Amino acid sequence: MPGVRQIYPFARPPELDSDDRVHLPVIIVGAGPIGLAMGLELDHQGIRSIILDDDNKASTGSKAMLWSKRSLEVLDRLDCSQRLLDKGVTWNLGKIFFGDSKEPVYGFKVLEEEDQQFPGFINLQQYYVEQFLKDEIDARELTEVRWENEVTAVDQTADGATVTVSTPQGNYQLDCDYVIAADGSHSPIRKMLGFDFEGETFQDHFLIADIKMKADFPTERWFWFDPPFNRGQSALLHKQPDDVWRLDFQLGWDIDRAEELKPDNVSRRVRAMMGEDFEFEFEWVSIYTFQCRQMDRFVHQRVIFIGDAAHLVSPFGARGANSGLQDVDNLGWKLALILDGKAPPSLLESYDYERVTAAKENILSSTRATDFITPKSEISRVFRDAVLALARDFEFARRFVNSGRLSVACILDESSLNTRDQDSFDSKLVPGSPSVDAPVTINGEESWFLKSIGNEFTAVYFARNGEKAPDGATDLEEDAIPVRTIVVTEDNKAGAGILIDHKGLLRQRLDGQPGTYYLFRPDQHLVARWREFDCQAVRDAVARATMQPRRIVQEGEPV
Amino acid sequence: MSEKLRTDPQIEDPDDFYARLIDLHQGLSCDESNSLNCKLILLMANHIGDREVLFEVLDVVRNYRPQK
Ligand SMILES: Cc1cc2nc3c(=O)[nH]c(=O)nc-3n(C[C@H](O)[C@H](O)[C@H](O)COP(=O)(O)OP(=O)(O)OC[C@H]3O[C@@H](n4cnc5c(N)ncnc54)[C@H](O)[C@@H]3O)c2cc1C
Repeated sequence: MPGVRQIYPFARPPELDSDDRVHLPVIIVGAGPIGLAMGLELDHQGIRSIILDDDNKASTGSKAMLWSKRSLEVLDRLDCSQRLLDKGVTWNLGKIFFGDSKEPVYGFKVLEEEDQQFPGFINLQQYYVEQFLKDEIDARELTEVRWENEVTAVDQTADGATVTVSTPQGNYQLDCDYVIAADGSHSPIRKMLGFDFEGETFQDHFLIADIKMKADFPTERWFWFDPPFNRGQSALLHKQPDDVWRLDFQLGWDIDRAEELKPDNVSRRVRAMMGEDFEFEFEWVSIYTFQCRQMDRFVHQRVIFIGDAAHLVSPFGARGANSGLQDVDNLGWKLALILDGKAPPSLLESYDYERVTAAKENILSSTRATDFITPKSEISRVFRDAVLALARDFEFARRFVNSGRLSVACILDESSLNTRDQDSFDSKLVPGSPSVDAPVTINGEESWFLKSIGNEFTAVYFARNGEKAPDGATDLEEDAIPVRTIVVTEDNKAGAGILIDHKGLLRQRLDGQPGTYYLFRPDQHLVARWREFDCQAVRDAVARATMQPRRIVQEGEPV
Repeated sequence: MSEKLRTDPQIEDPDDFYARLIDLHQGLSCDESNSLNCKLILLMANHIGDREVLFEVLDVVRNYRPQK
């Protein structure tokens, strides 16, 4: 029924008609949102790849529909955020309902801090995101997507891998330096290679009814605990583009699946929730159970796992696709440096460490939400209801209410790529945090700070009055792994190429006293900062962040 | 082994507080009392606030065995 879904035709791969073996830097398995974003990321890093998918269309059903601020920032770096923003539904207010009352217990804002380019979340059907990514890939040069190309075997060699592909017109093989497995939660690659996927399955069912209707409900996230129309269970309402609304009903464990999916029964639920007299059509109906699982390691020599293939969370918190995009953000620049011979293959260890840690954090968060939404014992339910009862009047109790902690970027503060602070900074950021945003002006045009950093190592220098870049900063641009330095000032009359912090918010958010120098990784995470620019210190920090064999050892670090 | 949690007598006129505590549950069913106790714990926990003290409280009750 969702007529907007694109069908992508099979095209006969040239390998079927040639005996020449093709060798690629990277082969990506799976053209879901994460595989497609990975291709686009590598394209921006100048790396060629082929994405192979066994299917011929974008995702069935809206599936992932909440895209986080961090995801939008990552996609903006890949020049692919505007269409999401234009098409998506922006919202920033959530409301919690409990029991029979029609009044919310309370409401909360997703994004507390204003003056950032992107909202806390937008809602957009997954198939749109996939289509936009595919269009952007097509507009560029280095990435090819092959539909109805199923990967049936992956063989690792000492310095690469061979991938066997099955198509409707025959089989062929491709060689590559690295395989990226983005083949989803059932990951055939993971199974072929015999890797673990530990975790738990939750004993619960949820019914998704995406319905099309004209309604003037506000664009807010509404979540009900124990409402009259779904006693003892929870429910969720969310707006999507095209007048589509996501209704999500918790059903419990003992259900008759086929019975629940009958259109009359779904309609009955919809009417109980939304009222009797309104018109609607079904867009997509589905029942799902969920699991929280992750691989022990995401990097296995020449095969790297990303997205649902590597980690699976419950939908509460919208941490599935959003965390997959952070995998992409993290892996792209590292793999590019390795393939360019500028960093050792062991740099992938940091992808493994950073994203395995993030996955653990996401699973913990989503498991805790599940325990609040579906209490596992009688006393746990009594506590839950006590929290909700107190939340009406007491701010402290609202902090306990957990209908899913919405996805935020992971702070990589324990990563060995960071250089520890020697100076003190009065900023929320610590080494490992993704950068904050702020409005800026450059060359007379209003812009955003995050638009000026990323894709390569970028530094910002808070200039003293009238000062240009510090001595030596331009030398860093000529290094094998270059560092681009941006000068920031609050002086509105500053010249071309200088970033004007016209509201002073960047200074405030980074504690950018004059002379301060912040160094960001290509994925916009802060990696080192100083109160004074020191060329050698910057070089050491870049060497550390890219795991160069000869680098300064930090105190307390194993050698 | 208590670090921060105070277990020396703190409450003025304990008999009075104890009586009020029991009074609170007067006429309540077991379920209602349970719910009330939860609210009590949550409010008191928030008042304490200090993580170390709270964790210590949890440890004390988890490990507590009545002595012969
Ligand atoms: C109901 C529901 C709601 C959700 N809501 C949200 C949300 O609001 N926000 C959020 O962030 N996440 C959400 N998620 C999770 C999100 O949908 C997933 O995290 C996301 O789809 C993962 O993307 P992926 O690219 O890793 O995997 P997939 O989307 O599963 O893509 C894998 C691709 O690999 C292909 N493939 C598999 N095997 C092979 C093979 N052998 N050869 C070639 N190709 C192969 C498949 O055909 C598929 O196209 C939701 C999920 C569900 C089910």
